[in-house]
Amino acid sequence: MTNPLNNRGRKWFEALTGSTGKVDGNPGSLMVAEANLGGEKAVFVGVAPDANARFPRTGHTEVGLEEGWYGTKNLRAVIEADKNGPKRPIITVCDSKSQAYGRREELFGIHLAAAAIIAAYADARTAGHPVIALIVGRCVSGAFLALAGQANRMIAFDDPEVLIHAMYKDAAARITRRSVAELDKLGETIVPMAYDIGSFNKLGGLHSLLKVANPDTPAKATVEQVKSALIEAIADARNSPRTLDVRLESDGAKAFRKGSIKVRELMTRQWAPS
Amino acid sequence: MTFTPILSDEVVALSTRRSYIELNARARAQQLLDQGTYRELLGPFDRVESPWLPMQGIVTQSDDGCVVAKGKIDGQPAVVIAMEGKFQGGSIGEVCGMKMAEAFRLARLDNEKGIPTRAVLSLESGGVRLQEANMGELVIAEIYSEMVALRKHTPLIVVIAGPTGCFGGMSLAAGLASYVVMTRQARLSMNGPEVIELEAGKDEFVASDKPFVWSVNGGAQRFATDFADVLLEDDANAVTEAVKDLFRKGQPAQLRTDKYDLFIKRLKSMDPSKQWTGEDIRNAWKAGAK
Repeated sequence: MTNPLNNRGRKWFEALTGSTGKVDGNPGSLMVAEANLGGEKAVFVGVAPDANARFPRTGHTEVGLEEGWYGTKNLRAVIEADKNGPKRPIITVCDSKSQAYGRREELFGIHLAAAAIIAAYADARTAGHPVIALIVGRCVSGAFLALAGQANRMIAFDDPEVLIHAMYKDAAARITRRSVAELDKLGETIVPMAYDIGSFNKLGGLHSLLKVANPDTPAKATVEQVKSALIEAIADARNSPRTLDVRLESDGAKAFRKGSIKVRELMTRQWAPS
Repeated sequence: MTFTPILSDEVVALSTRRSYIELNARARAQQLLDQGTYRELLGPFDRVESPWLPMQGIVTQSDDGCVVAKGKIDGQPAVVIAMEGKFQGGSIGEVCGMKMAEAFRLARLDNEKGIPTRAVLSLESGGVRLQEANMGELVIAEIYSEMVALRKHTPLIVVIAGPTGCFGGMSLAAGLASYVVMTRQARLSMNGPEVIELEAGKDEFVASDKPFVWSVNGGAQRFATDFADVLLEDDANAVTEAVKDLFRKGQPAQLRTDKYDLFIKRLKSMDPSKQWTGEDIRNAWKAGAK
């Protein structure tokens, strides 16, 4: 097994920014750095493994209390600094296994720490910062909601190691009282239950799927390829409303989110007083 | 001969109290809105049901477990969204989640047009519906987006009554609320007790030990540690009055999700290498506030 502390998220963060993302005062798991991107400054954020994590239930890229609250503080500082000027793009390099599961986490209100960073991303987007989630590895459950869900545009690597899901397969099987084989079978016909990134992409939430050669080893050419994709997504976000509507207006949504679209149509019609 | 009541006021109050917990989602929405103002949107007769459950041989419900109603609260335009804990554990699938997101979106649009529409979310939820997994994840992100946008215009109130409680994705929705109202029976937690025990072991969490579970995520503990603004007995009228009072109070001085300086200070001052109890946290935070 390769060094678990040297994960994809960290590698791509470092390749894109030329920085480790370590900031005095931040926990070791939080990466934040400013870097040039397409002729402007962009802020990169990510959650990395941390062998010295203070909280025993974190350290393997989980979004825990520190990641949530310090991430919030860093994002709020970016929004405040750009309040009266150009809004820097915010790129989140996502490779996070899940939220942290622990007693301390619940007692200290991890639900609020996660809500806080979600609110910070959403406020950044509505303030005019293009928020782009670059999903290079796992982005599961609470990690997806906390780090990627509020982005104007989500880009994922087209690779078997990339995973966006509500819950890991073995746990989902236990909770729904099915076998892993049954879950796999269901995933073949029920697209939102499938575990491959191609199926997730069908739902229309992603801006693009990016086929990158050797995604475990960023190289000069692939870094340039990813940067181009980010620059394109930033421009697209700047030319669009600051909502998440694009996900519901996509071709994928038209094919696979008919229920969502019907709810919107009927609710809008029934909302106004008759 | 006239009958003279000899019951104490407390007993009389108890005998006339109506439970909120025992109300289903529709009755909860009716309870929260001013009498005679209730108008349900996308009700059962519209028959918009989960497209994904029948494919798995699971019986649908014609409101998908989520009731949305417009009306008035304290005479002001309002929308109430109530989750039904008895249908699929209050889980968030495509249709019910989208109903919630749309209710918030349309309330925001009204507010932007100068119609000050307020919103209450009555939650019973185990989190994302695993039978619609990734659809749920996408819809929940859209719910959050609209909650963050709406709460700039009006207080957004979350009520958690029990018995299901509020877990997973919807616990984060409670985190985004301007105010949280809980009963003692209610629980608020990101990860369910069974999931934590499964992931981290019995030293970390004992899911079958009910007093322990409530000492971590129960209404009384959440109120004592300021994750909830109001703690109530299970009384339907008291819930309605608490919601009205919070709207009269207006926006909170500071949203909970903006309290990063406070929480970072608390994180720095605690020793995470030892295990903590509900009482430890209460005492530490009380001492820190002095």
